[in-house]
Amino acid sequence: MGQHILVVFPHPDDETFGCGGTLALFAKSGIPITYICGTLGQMGRNMGNPFFANRETLSKIREAELEKACKAIGIQHLIKLGLRDKTIEFEDPEPIVNRIEQILREVQPSLVLTHYPGYAVHPDHNALGELTIKAVSRLSTQDRPTIYAHAFARNCQDVIGPPDIVNDISAVADVKCAAILAHRSQSQVMFPRDNKTEVNEPTKNAYSHMLQRESFWTYRCF
Amino acid sequence: MHPIDRSIVQPALDRFLNREVYLHLETTNGAYAAHRQESKMTVGAYIRNGRISFIRGTITGEGPYRVGLKMQDGWVYAEGLTDFDLGQEGKLLLAGHDEEGRLAVALELSMEPFEL
Ligand SMILES: [Zn+2]
Repeated sequence: MGQHILVVFPHPDDETFGCGGTLALFAKSGIPITYICGTLGQMGRNMGNPFFANRETLSKIREAELEKACKAIGIQHLIKLGLRDKTIEFEDPEPIVNRIEQILREVQPSLVLTHYPGYAVHPDHNALGELTIKAVSRLSTQDRPTIYAHAFARNCQDVIGPPDIVNDISAVADVKCAAILAHRSQSQVMFPRDNKTEVNEPTKNAYSHMLQRESFWTYRCF
Repeated sequence: MHPIDRSIVQPALDRFLNREVYLHLETTNGAYAAHRQESKMTVGAYIRNGRISFIRGTITGEGPYRVGLKMQDGWVYAEGLTDFDLGQEGKLLLAGHDEEGRLAVALELSMEPFEL
């Protein structure tokens, strides 16, 4: 079985901020990546700075940003689940688990990236991470991919310990940076425009660690 | 969107009077408010495509603005509104943005259901 990465996150930009560098490294080495994106982030409060989106235009704008970011990172295959932002935990889990299971069987990934249930802050992250792990655990033990779970809750290391996977992504910092900038409506507020260069400069502010390292916990499913 | 001009928004509200209309009402301090320790709690609520009919609708204040919609059996209220949009046929969008352009409150009316 060749290598293939399957990424499962609920919001456009989750693939970039949490693991854009790691994915870029995989893409660079020729490993195909499929991304299941749960929602279009319709309920985000960032509208650009100065804001250029509104509640009704945000979904279309974020969908276009997502496609641009995927192109920057090297994600060739994007599957949109069509769920609605902030509602995943309230949906009937069964059809969603079935859909992910079906994609797992088609794609046969060697590695799955998703959120660590309970330690990923946003209720959509925790819910979709849990559904993804449920889908993986339906596969027979020998067919199960490795799972890299992304966690960033403040207390998470106290409970789940330190991450066992720490990737140095500095070699692809420019790629991650391009993906971050592609998510304009969401990133402008984090990286205020530098008036002199007219570009956003993530490297110069508090978020610069995001361009150096990305960490994951290998998730064991039973 | 544009900074609210009451002389434009008030007649726009009046166009929805006494009709069955769709309401989007929302407030949020961001999904990461508690995580980023900007606030003790993450707080938000929204109604999408609530169906209402109001008999009096008024925008007040000097900016940020308030809107109250008086219904036969109750009220719809929003405060902190700063911007409006009338760009889509049959829709009035009102929102309150903070100094970084982040949405904090929204009140929207439409003759047709809002997209899901
Ligand atoms: Zn997210």
